[in-house]
Amino acid sequence: MYDVSIIGCGIIGSAIAYELSKYKLSTVIIEKENDVAMGATRANSAIIHAGYDPLPGTLMAKLNVRGNALCKELCEKLAVPYAQIGSLVLAFSDEEVDTLNELYDRGVKNGVPGMKILSYDEAKAIEPNIADNVKAALYAPSAGIVNPWEFALALAETAVRNGTEIMFNSPVESVNKKDGYYEIVCGDKTVTSKYVVNAAGVGALAIRDMVLPHSYDSLPSKGEYYLLDKSEGDRVSHVIFQCPTASGKGVLIAPTVHGNLIVGPNSVSCEEGDTSTSADDLAFVRNSALKSVPSTNFRANIRNFAGVRPNTSSNDYVIDCDDGFFEAAAIKSPGLASAPAIAEYVVDMMKQNGVELIEKDSFIDTRKHVRFKELSHEEREKIVKEDPLFGRVICRCETVTEGEIVEAIKAPITPYTVDGIKRRCGAGLGRCQSGFCGPRVLEILSRELGLPPEKIEKDKTGSYIVKKRRT
Amino acid sequence: MTELTCIGCPMGCRLTVDEENDYAVTGNSCKRGEIYGKNELKNPTRVLTSTVAITGGIHDRCPVRTKDAIPKGKLFDAMEIIKKTEIQSPVKCGQVIIENILDTGIDVIASRDM
Amino acid sequence: MYELAVIGGGPAGLAAAYSAYTNGVKKIVILERDKELGGILNQCIHNGFGLHRFKEELSGPEYAHRFIDMLKDTSVEVRLDTMVIDITPEKKIYTDNPSGYDVIEAESIVLAMGCRERTRGAISIPGTRPSGVFTAGAAQRYLNMEGLMAGSRVVILGSGDIGLIMARRLTLEGAKVLACVELMPYSGGLTRNIVQCLHDFDIPLYLSHTVTEVRGDKRLTGVTVAKVDENRRPIPGTEMDFDCDTLLLSVGLIPENELTRAAGIEMDPRTNGAYVFENMETSIPGVFACGNAVHVHDLVDFVSDESSRAGVAAAAYIKGEKHGGDAIPFKNGSCVTYTVPQKLHKNTTAEKTDVFFRVNKVFSKSRIVVSDENGVIASFNRPFMAPGEMQHIIIPTNKLKGSESITISAEEATQQ
Repeated sequence: MYDVSIIGCGIIGSAIAYELSKYKLSTVIIEKENDVAMGATRANSAIIHAGYDPLPGTLMAKLNVRGNALCKELCEKLAVPYAQIGSLVLAFSDEEVDTLNELYDRGVKNGVPGMKILSYDEAKAIEPNIADNVKAALYAPSAGIVNPWEFALALAETAVRNGTEIMFNSPVESVNKKDGYYEIVCGDKTVTSKYVVNAAGVGALAIRDMVLPHSYDSLPSKGEYYLLDKSEGDRVSHVIFQCPTASGKGVLIAPTVHGNLIVGPNSVSCEEGDTSTSADDLAFVRNSALKSVPSTNFRANIRNFAGVRPNTSSNDYVIDCDDGFFEAAAIKSPGLASAPAIAEYVVDMMKQNGVELIEKDSFIDTRKHVRFKELSHEEREKIVKEDPLFGRVICRCETVTEGEIVEAIKAPITPYTVDGIKRRCGAGLGRCQSGFCGPRVLEILSRELGLPPEKIEKDKTGSYIVKKRRT
Repeated sequence: MTELTCIGCPMGCRLTVDEENDYAVTGNSCKRGEIYGKNELKNPTRVLTSTVAITGGIHDRCPVRTKDAIPKGKLFDAMEIIKKTEIQSPVKCGQVIIENILDTGIDVIASRDM
Repeated sequence: MYELAVIGGGPAGLAAAYSAYTNGVKKIVILERDKELGGILNQCIHNGFGLHRFKEELSGPEYAHRFIDMLKDTSVEVRLDTMVIDITPEKKIYTDNPSGYDVIEAESIVLAMGCRERTRGAISIPGTRPSGVFTAGAAQRYLNMEGLMAGSRVVILGSGDIGLIMARRLTLEGAKVLACVELMPYSGGLTRNIVQCLHDFDIPLYLSHTVTEVRGDKRLTGVTVAKVDENRRPIPGTEMDFDCDTLLLSVGLIPENELTRAAGIEMDPRTNGAYVFENMETSIPGVFACGNAVHVHDLVDFVSDESSRAGVAAAAYIKGEKHGGDAIPFKNGSCVTYTVPQKLHKNTTAEKTDVFFRVNKVFSKSRIVVSDENGVIASFNRPFMAPGEMQHIIIPTNKLKGSESITISAEEATQQ
């Protein structure tokens, strides 16, 4: 019997696990996929929003602004790539200038620091590639960019270092209320725990419906993206938004922490697991982006992808509890920025509702991630001397060494897939999209895990890469 | 008259072969084209390249090829034999791996040192 | 301190190093990231290499070994398993190797990094992102070097040579190749490969078609192929579905020039390679480039030739023959997409100038015209030209030296 089981290991589940691992509790995370952050967390705009979008007084407003500050702290502490680059919302008409003013007022009420309305000239001075017909822009210096995937990994990994367990490949089939505890059935495995935390992202409503009466609807919505080569990485230096509409914050253009340029998303309602892209939708994204930054070179595209937002009929996050069943659901944008604050809020709610929280005497709250590419010449010399594996570059595009890949495999949360390595180390993230390093990463995984090559998968369970040669 | 594209070299000359006139070839830029044009209609042949399993080498597979072209119709049968072949390092480039494959009179040779 | 450092031990690097050596340069180092020399040739086990150079039909590894053998008893040093991380304009080279992170200095550098394959992202194929979508070269490496099959029911997008070669190779290994799909109305590969890789095995080639959707949540389960109009846009209603577990992409090659760009060398957006002079020198004097890092070649034989010229030029540079000064640019005329070289040193001593270029459409009887501001300098008749086949002309240099700029164009031959 665990004290707490957390369903879902995306950014929300990971952040809650991290927060709970500070206390003397036995905790297990139950994840249906084979790695952390396989849902909305891995396919989004990778933005830490400043917090001027949500309506004042909502949970979303409060947790976004608080989360924004916490993200920065956590990323520094846990070696997660993050940069506070600020954001601009562009207005192209007088009506949109009115919207900027409204956003500004909301931001002030929400407690967003340092915002300014910039004239065209002021905006153009700090962001020269924006369109000439921009009328004004809302500048928010606290907006940032992050590697969302590594953010979730870092939180989950730190939780594991502090004693949390994770079960992968465990889709939850039923949650049964027993006398003073819950029984969670996932395939042939059954987990029992005193408390349950539902952080299942797009799947959260299905979990809730197993326990509580149906009270809101799931309305998943897909967002499609372009990821452009590093040659486009300095096209803009802030997160560039357009004015929000009823369907969301619209298409943005932003540098990524890896030095690429991300463009997207649109918003199309979809089935829960539908991460396909379509030519028409991508054309819409492209054309929308060109309105903000006309010189964006889409010929430098290296990847398209889509993510599914866990949107619901609720306008705000749904964070509540009922008899030991805690829920952090409907965490749509700005969920990534809000995540650490949501975790704090949930843990506080648990405390209010009788969960005994006694702080651990020792809590590991640091993390190391060697990135060879970012080391100085002297540091590189030293690390290769210590471990020759750092002397073998596997991914040419991103300069990722075998040493980094082996370290990732030996970390507390073992990756079993080529994409798992990509997300951890960046190998295959670059312009050749693992054309060269894919076979070598597969070879390293096969060697380190003691599995034959045909058992190494690309991504989700079932995504085998090669077959044995017929003899 | 049959029109063919010569595969004798990457130039890809467009050949015309006249079956009624002793397979006379026109359109070729060299002797190879003439030979190819005639053969392709009389007895088409291809060089077969593949790999065999090797132990003790820098890779697990050693590339091999037929020393000369073999009848086109025998490619798949030849593959069956090549697939079952296992060799031990070291081998030298040009070393015979399978002698006289399918009685074609053509050997399969290693196409690198390993 | 080396006289010459060659970045890359594939066919370009090997030929450049060897010709520099035979032209008197003794302190040469080849820096190769793989564990053996030969580059991509090691996985190109098919035959057809070397007809021009050696008058023989060799496999890729055999071709590479001709050069590796030539280098055997020379003073050329080879560092394997060595990745060049950075090159500075001062010709310092930072390298990573399991035995140490090192900095090498050289008087002259030859850039011979080769090229990489265009990917799914570069052509934005919509759909899901399952496993089973490979570049043709990656599938080739799996099969020929590691004995692993990419899949069993295969569709190939692009009729580039690697894709065609893989169609045959996978078929011989027991896979079913369902179709080869080409966006353009003509094939991107050599005609001989269409014949011996597709026709021989009854694999249909769909010209003016493309893949419009990728399906499958985990592993690829199928693709949709549609006909395209003259603007290369899919035509609704022409869709065909293929059930397949593998999609190979053979949709073009891009010169690898991250090091070149980082060193601040001037690049040509048409080739994605460095701007080079007639002696393969880049915008940094003493830094030369050759092979597929400069422009993508059809035949390795031509890579070797070009790289030998780069090696000779590097040797001349090391001996003190410096160029610099004014240059005459080559320009694209009608139907020409790029030229290499892009510039001619006015003070060159070469008697002949080799110019390579590609045309943007299929020509039957045609003419290549070299002209400058005063009119036609030279013209060359060609029975056939296609975008898939690189064109090569040789012009006496003295005919070019008086020009402000030189334009290369292609045109249909006028009927008599």
